[in-house]
Amino acid sequence: MKYVRQFLIILMVSLLGEALRFVLPFPIPASVYGLVLMLSALGLKIIQVEQVWDTSQFLFSIMPMMFIPSGVGLIVAWPLLKPVILPVGIITVLTTLIVMVVTGKTVQWMGHVLRRKEQ
Amino acid sequence: MSSFLGTSVFFGLAISLASYELGILLNRRLRSPLLNPLLVAIVLVIVTLKVLHIDYAHYNDGAKFLSYLLTPTTVSLAIPLYLQLHLLKKNFKAISVGIFAGVVASLGSIWLLALAFNLDHLMYVTLLPKSITSAIGMGLTAELGGNVTITVATIVITGIIGNMTAESICRLFKIDDPVARGIAIGTSSHAAGTSKAMEMGEIEGAMSSLAIVVAGLVTVVLASFFAPLI
Repeated sequence: MKYVRQFLIILMVSLLGEALRFVLPFPIPASVYGLVLMLSALGLKIIQVEQVWDTSQFLFSIMPMMFIPSGVGLIVAWPLLKPVILPVGIITVLTTLIVMVVTGKTVQWMGHVLRRKEQ
Repeated sequence: MSSFLGTSVFFGLAISLASYELGILLNRRLRSPLLNPLLVAIVLVIVTLKVLHIDYAHYNDGAKFLSYLLTPTTVSLAIPLYLQLHLLKKNFKAISVGIFAGVVASLGSIWLLALAFNLDHLMYVTLLPKSITSAIGMGLTAELGGNVTITVATIVITGIIGNMTAESICRLFKIDDPVARGIAIGTSSHAAGTSKAMEMGEIEGAMSSLAIVVAGLVTVVLASFFAPLI
Protein backbone atom coordinates (compact mmCIF):
# COMPACT_ATOMS: atom_id res chain seq x y z
CA MET A 1 0.00 0.00 0.00
CA LYS A 2 2.85 2.35 0.82
CA TYR A 3 3.98 2.51 -2.81
CA VAL A 4 0.45 2.96 -4.11
CA ARG A 5 -0.33 5.79 -1.69
CA GLN A 6 2.93 7.54 -2.57
CA PHE A 7 2.27 7.07 -6.27
CA LEU A 8 -1.19 8.53 -5.80
CA ILE A 9 0.28 11.72 -4.30
CA ILE A 10 2.70 12.04 -7.22
CA LEU A 11 -0.14 11.39 -9.67
CA MET A 12 -2.33 14.04 -8.05
CA VAL A 13 0.46 16.61 -8.49
CA SER A 14 0.89 15.45 -12.13
CA LEU A 15 -2.86 15.89 -12.61
CA LEU A 16 -2.68 19.44 -11.23
CA GLY A 17 0.21 20.06 -13.64
CA GLU A 18 -2.00 18.90 -16.51
CA ALA A 19 -4.75 21.22 -15.31
CA LEU A 20 -2.34 24.19 -15.36
CA ARG A 21 -1.19 23.17 -18.86
CA PHE A 22 -4.84 23.19 -19.91
CA VAL A 23 -5.64 26.59 -18.39
CA LEU A 24 -2.45 28.59 -19.03
CA PRO A 25 -1.45 29.69 -22.56
CA PHE A 26 2.34 29.07 -22.27
CA PRO A 27 4.24 26.34 -24.19
CA ILE A 28 5.20 24.68 -20.90
CA PRO A 29 4.48 20.95 -20.46
CA ALA A 30 2.39 19.48 -17.63
CA SER A 31 5.47 17.74 -16.22
CA VAL A 32 7.30 21.05 -15.68
CA TYR A 33 4.27 22.64 -14.01
CA GLY A 34 4.02 19.48 -11.88
CA LEU A 35 7.70 19.69 -10.92
CA VAL A 36 7.30 23.30 -9.77
CA LEU A 37 4.07 22.40 -7.91
CA MET A 38 5.79 19.46 -6.17
CA LEU A 39 8.72 21.68 -5.21
CA SER A 40 6.33 24.30 -3.78
CA ALA A 41 4.30 21.66 -1.90
CA LEU A 42 7.51 20.29 -0.34
CA GLY A 43 8.72 23.79 0.53
CA LEU A 44 5.39 24.72 2.12
CA LYS A 45 5.37 21.35 3.97
CA ILE A 46 2.04 20.42 2.37
CA ILE A 47 3.81 17.22 1.30
CA GLN A 48 6.57 15.65 3.43
CA VAL A 49 9.54 14.04 1.66
CA GLU A 50 8.78 10.69 3.40
CA GLN A 51 5.29 10.66 1.87
CA VAL A 52 6.72 10.34 -1.67
CA TRP A 53 10.28 9.11 -1.13
CA ASP A 54 10.10 5.34 -1.79
CA THR A 55 8.01 5.57 -4.95
CA SER A 56 10.19 8.38 -6.32
CA GLN A 57 13.29 6.23 -5.76
CA PHE A 58 11.64 3.36 -7.64
CA LEU A 59 10.69 5.66 -10.53
CA PHE A 60 14.25 7.03 -10.75
CA SER A 61 15.70 3.53 -10.82
CA ILE A 62 13.65 2.64 -13.92
CA MET A 63 13.87 6.10 -15.50
CA PRO A 64 16.32 5.20 -18.34
CA MET A 65 13.88 2.53 -19.56
CA MET A 66 11.20 5.17 -20.07
CA PHE A 67 13.14 6.46 -23.08
CA ILE A 68 13.14 3.11 -24.92
CA PRO A 69 9.76 3.57 -26.71
CA SER A 70 10.64 7.03 -28.05
CA GLY A 71 14.10 5.77 -29.07
CA VAL A 72 12.53 2.86 -30.95
CA GLY A 73 10.13 5.44 -32.45
CA LEU A 74 13.09 6.73 -34.47
CA ILE A 75 12.25 3.99 -37.02
CA VAL A 76 8.98 5.80 -37.73
CA ALA A 77 10.81 9.09 -38.27
CA TRP A 78 13.49 7.36 -40.39
CA PRO A 79 12.01 8.13 -43.87
CA LEU A 80 12.05 11.84 -42.95
CA LEU A 81 15.41 11.63 -41.23
CA LYS A 82 17.25 9.60 -43.89
CA PRO A 83 17.83 12.36 -46.49
CA VAL A 84 19.27 14.74 -43.85
CA ILE A 85 20.91 12.25 -41.52
CA LEU A 86 24.51 13.36 -42.15
CA PRO A 87 24.23 17.08 -41.25
CA VAL A 88 21.53 16.46 -38.63
CA GLY A 89 23.44 13.60 -37.03
CA ILE A 90 26.73 15.51 -36.89
CA ILE A 91 25.07 18.68 -35.55
CA THR A 92 23.08 16.74 -32.93
CA VAL A 93 26.07 14.84 -31.56
CA LEU A 94 28.53 17.73 -31.73
CA THR A 95 26.29 20.35 -30.11
CA THR A 96 25.34 17.98 -27.27
CA LEU A 97 29.00 17.59 -26.35
CA ILE A 98 29.72 21.32 -26.80
CA VAL A 99 26.84 22.31 -24.52
CA MET A 100 27.86 19.82 -21.85
CA VAL A 101 31.46 21.06 -21.77
CA VAL A 102 30.61 24.80 -21.98
CA THR A 103 27.97 24.55 -19.23
CA GLY A 104 30.04 22.39 -16.88
CA LYS A 105 33.20 24.47 -17.35
CA THR A 106 31.29 27.75 -16.86
CA VAL A 107 29.63 26.62 -13.62
CA GLN A 108 32.93 25.30 -12.30
CA TRP A 109 34.89 28.40 -13.31
CA MET A 110 32.25 30.78 -11.90
CA GLY A 111 32.28 28.78 -8.66
CA HIS A 112 36.05 29.21 -8.34
CA VAL A 113 35.92 32.92 -9.17
CA LEU A 114 33.12 33.60 -6.67
CA ARG A 115 34.91 31.66 -3.95
CA ARG A 116 38.15 33.60 -4.56
CA LYS A 117 36.27 36.90 -4.30
CA GLU A 118 34.83 35.88 -0.96
CA GLN A 119 38.25 35.07 0.48
CA MET B 1 4.90 -16.61 -34.21
CA SER B 2 4.75 -13.04 -35.52
CA SER B 3 0.98 -13.36 -35.81
CA PHE B 4 0.82 -14.26 -32.13
CA LEU B 5 3.20 -11.42 -31.18
CA GLY B 6 1.14 -9.14 -33.41
CA THR B 7 -1.81 -9.64 -31.08
CA SER B 8 0.06 -9.96 -27.77
CA VAL B 9 -0.66 -7.31 -25.14
CA PHE B 10 2.57 -7.79 -23.18
CA PHE B 11 5.09 -8.18 -26.00
CA GLY B 12 6.07 -4.50 -26.26
CA LEU B 13 6.74 -4.06 -22.57
CA ALA B 14 8.41 -7.47 -22.18
CA ILE B 15 10.83 -6.97 -25.08
CA SER B 16 11.72 -3.47 -23.81
CA LEU B 17 12.52 -4.64 -20.29
CA ALA B 18 14.34 -7.75 -21.48
CA SER B 19 16.48 -5.72 -23.91
CA TYR B 20 17.36 -3.26 -21.15
CA GLU B 21 18.36 -6.08 -18.80
CA LEU B 22 20.56 -7.51 -21.54
CA GLY B 23 22.04 -4.03 -22.03
CA ILE B 24 22.93 -3.84 -18.33
CA LEU B 25 24.47 -7.32 -18.48
CA LEU B 26 26.60 -6.45 -21.53
CA ASN B 27 27.62 -3.15 -19.97
CA ARG B 28 28.81 -4.90 -16.79
CA ARG B 29 30.67 -7.62 -18.68
CA LEU B 30 32.43 -5.47 -21.26
CA ARG B 31 32.61 -2.12 -19.45
CA SER B 32 32.45 0.00 -22.59
CA PRO B 33 30.57 3.34 -22.60
CA LEU B 34 29.41 2.46 -26.12
CA LEU B 35 27.43 -0.41 -24.62
CA ASN B 36 25.08 2.00 -22.89
CA PRO B 37 22.08 -0.03 -21.64
CA LEU B 38 19.58 2.46 -23.10
CA LEU B 39 21.25 2.42 -26.53
CA VAL B 40 21.60 -1.38 -26.51
CA ALA B 41 17.93 -1.75 -25.55
CA ILE B 42 16.75 0.56 -28.35
CA VAL B 43 18.87 -1.21 -30.97
CA LEU B 44 17.80 -4.67 -29.79
CA VAL B 45 14.10 -3.75 -29.87
CA ILE B 46 14.42 -2.21 -33.36
CA VAL B 47 16.22 -5.31 -34.67
CA THR B 48 13.60 -7.59 -33.09
CA LEU B 49 10.71 -5.61 -34.60
CA LYS B 50 12.37 -5.69 -38.03
CA VAL B 51 13.15 -9.40 -37.91
CA LEU B 52 9.66 -10.37 -36.73
CA HIS B 53 7.89 -7.81 -38.98
CA ILE B 54 6.04 -6.16 -36.12
CA ASP B 55 5.10 -2.54 -36.65
CA TYR B 56 5.97 0.23 -34.22
CA ALA B 57 2.34 1.09 -33.45
CA HIS B 58 1.71 -2.41 -32.12
CA TYR B 59 4.95 -2.48 -30.16
CA ASN B 60 4.10 0.88 -28.64
CA ASP B 61 0.64 -0.34 -27.58
CA GLY B 62 2.45 -2.46 -25.03
CA ALA B 63 5.49 -0.27 -24.38
CA LYS B 64 3.76 3.11 -24.02
CA PHE B 65 3.31 2.52 -20.29
CA LEU B 66 7.01 3.25 -19.94
CA SER B 67 6.65 6.67 -21.61
CA TYR B 68 3.52 7.23 -19.56
CA LEU B 69 5.57 7.13 -16.35
CA LEU B 70 7.78 9.96 -17.57
CA THR B 71 5.48 12.75 -16.35
CA PRO B 72 5.12 11.47 -12.76
CA THR B 73 8.88 10.79 -12.76
CA THR B 74 9.68 14.33 -13.91
CA VAL B 75 7.34 15.64 -11.21
CA SER B 76 9.25 13.50 -8.68
CA LEU B 77 12.53 15.15 -9.73
CA ALA B 78 11.35 17.98 -7.45
CA ILE B 79 12.14 15.74 -4.45
CA PRO B 80 15.94 15.48 -4.84
CA LEU B 81 15.92 19.11 -5.97
CA TYR B 82 14.10 20.14 -2.78
CA LEU B 83 16.65 18.25 -0.66
CA GLN B 84 19.54 20.06 -2.41
CA LEU B 85 17.92 23.48 -2.52
CA HIS B 86 20.65 24.89 -0.26
CA LEU B 87 23.17 24.14 -3.03
CA LEU B 88 21.09 26.14 -5.49
CA LYS B 89 20.99 29.10 -3.11
CA LYS B 90 24.72 28.86 -2.43
CA ASN B 91 25.69 28.55 -6.11
CA PHE B 92 22.89 30.62 -7.59
CA LYS B 93 25.12 32.92 -9.67
CA ALA B 94 27.34 30.18 -11.06
CA ILE B 95 24.32 28.02 -11.91
CA SER B 96 22.36 30.80 -13.65
CA VAL B 97 25.35 31.97 -15.69
CA GLY B 98 26.24 28.33 -16.51
CA ILE B 99 22.78 27.45 -17.82
CA PHE B 100 22.58 30.71 -19.78
CA ALA B 101 26.01 30.05 -21.32
CA GLY B 102 24.95 26.49 -22.13
CA VAL B 103 21.78 27.58 -23.92
CA VAL B 104 23.66 30.25 -25.90
CA ALA B 105 26.31 27.64 -26.77
CA SER B 106 23.56 25.28 -27.95
CA LEU B 107 21.72 27.80 -30.14
CA GLY B 108 24.97 29.42 -31.31
CA SER B 109 26.67 26.17 -32.28
CA ILE B 110 23.52 24.98 -34.10
CA TRP B 111 23.47 28.31 -35.99
CA LEU B 112 27.15 28.08 -37.01
CA LEU B 113 26.95 24.41 -37.98
CA ALA B 114 23.73 25.01 -39.92
CA LEU B 115 25.59 27.74 -41.85
CA ALA B 116 28.50 25.36 -42.43
CA PHE B 117 26.17 22.64 -43.74
CA ASN B 118 24.15 25.14 -45.75
CA LEU B 119 20.85 24.13 -44.12
CA ASP B 120 17.65 25.97 -45.03
CA HIS B 121 15.51 27.93 -42.55
CA LEU B 122 13.09 25.03 -41.93
CA MET B 123 15.85 22.55 -41.06
CA TYR B 124 17.65 25.16 -38.94
CA VAL B 125 14.65 26.00 -36.73
CA THR B 126 13.83 22.28 -36.51
CA LEU B 127 17.20 21.74 -34.83
CA LEU B 128 17.10 24.71 -32.42
CA PRO B 129 15.12 22.93 -29.63
CA LYS B 130 17.22 19.75 -29.77
CA SER B 131 18.75 19.98 -26.28
CA ILE B 132 15.57 20.58 -24.30
CA THR B 133 12.91 18.22 -22.96
CA SER B 134 10.67 16.96 -25.79
CA ALA B 135 7.41 18.33 -24.36
CA ILE B 136 8.78 21.90 -24.49
CA GLY B 137 10.78 21.26 -27.66
CA MET B 138 7.78 20.07 -29.70
CA GLY B 139 5.83 23.20 -28.85
CA LEU B 140 8.80 25.41 -29.67
CA THR B 141 9.38 23.78 -33.08
CA ALA B 142 5.70 24.13 -33.96
CA GLU B 143 5.87 27.80 -33.06
CA LEU B 144 9.03 28.39 -35.14
CA GLY B 145 7.53 26.51 -38.09
CA GLY B 146 9.92 23.54 -38.01
CA ASN B 147 9.35 19.82 -38.52
CA VAL B 148 8.10 18.33 -35.23
CA THR B 149 8.95 14.69 -36.10
CA ILE B 150 12.59 15.50 -36.87
CA THR B 151 12.86 17.70 -33.76
CA VAL B 152 11.66 14.84 -31.57
CA ALA B 153 14.13 12.50 -33.29
CA THR B 154 17.04 14.88 -32.57
CA ILE B 155 15.86 15.36 -28.97
CA VAL B 156 15.83 11.58 -28.49
CA ILE B 157 19.30 11.20 -30.08
CA THR B 158 20.60 14.06 -27.90
CA GLY B 159 19.28 12.30 -24.79
CA ILE B 160 20.93 9.01 -25.73
CA ILE B 161 24.26 10.73 -26.54
CA GLY B 162 24.16 12.64 -23.25
CA ASN B 163 23.32 9.49 -21.32
CA MET B 164 26.18 7.63 -23.04
CA THR B 165 28.90 10.26 -22.83
CA ALA B 166 28.19 12.19 -19.59
CA GLU B 167 30.64 10.25 -17.44
CA SER B 168 33.47 10.24 -20.01
CA ILE B 169 33.03 13.92 -20.93
CA CYS B 170 33.09 14.99 -17.26
CA ARG B 171 36.25 12.97 -16.70
CA LEU B 172 37.95 14.10 -19.94
CA PHE B 173 37.28 17.81 -19.35
CA LYS B 174 37.90 17.61 -15.60
CA ILE B 175 34.38 18.72 -14.67
CA ASP B 176 34.59 17.26 -11.17
CA ASP B 177 32.32 19.51 -9.13
CA PRO B 178 28.99 17.65 -8.67
CA VAL B 179 26.95 20.84 -9.09
CA ALA B 180 28.73 21.67 -12.37
CA ARG B 181 28.29 18.07 -13.61
CA GLY B 182 24.57 18.03 -12.90
CA ILE B 183 23.91 21.41 -14.51
CA ALA B 184 26.00 20.41 -17.54
CA ILE B 185 24.12 17.14 -18.05
CA GLY B 186 20.63 18.61 -17.60
CA THR B 187 21.32 21.59 -19.86
CA SER B 188 22.82 19.47 -22.64
CA SER B 189 20.65 16.36 -22.59
CA HIS B 190 17.39 16.90 -20.64
CA ALA B 191 15.68 13.98 -18.85
CA ALA B 192 17.50 11.09 -20.57
CA GLY B 193 20.81 12.63 -19.49
CA THR B 194 19.35 13.29 -16.04
CA SER B 195 18.70 9.59 -15.53
CA LYS B 196 22.48 9.12 -15.87
CA ALA B 197 23.10 12.08 -13.52
CA MET B 198 20.86 10.36 -10.95
CA GLU B 199 23.15 7.32 -11.15
CA MET B 200 26.24 9.50 -10.73
CA GLY B 201 25.02 11.02 -7.45
CA GLU B 202 22.27 12.80 -5.53
CA ILE B 203 23.65 16.29 -6.16
CA GLU B 204 24.24 15.57 -9.85
CA GLY B 205 20.66 14.30 -10.20
CA ALA B 206 19.10 17.25 -8.38
CA MET B 207 21.07 19.87 -10.32
CA SER B 208 20.38 18.12 -13.62
CA SER B 209 16.63 18.18 -12.83
CA LEU B 210 16.82 21.89 -12.15
CA ALA B 211 18.69 22.48 -15.41
CA ILE B 212 16.02 20.66 -17.49
CA VAL B 213 13.42 23.18 -16.40
CA VAL B 214 15.52 26.35 -16.54
CA ALA B 215 17.33 25.47 -19.80
CA GLY B 216 13.98 24.58 -21.40
CA LEU B 217 12.45 27.94 -20.54
CA VAL B 218 15.56 29.99 -21.42
CA THR B 219 15.74 28.19 -24.79
CA VAL B 220 12.12 29.11 -25.58
CA VAL B 221 12.95 32.80 -24.99
CA LEU B 222 16.35 32.90 -26.76
CA ALA B 223 15.31 30.74 -29.75
CA SER B 224 13.07 33.52 -31.04
CA PHE B 225 16.21 35.72 -31.36
CA PHE B 226 18.20 32.99 -33.11
CA ALA B 227 15.45 31.75 -35.45
CA PRO B 228 15.56 34.69 -37.95
CA LEU B 229 19.36 34.37 -38.41
CA ILE B 230 19.06 31.83 -41.26
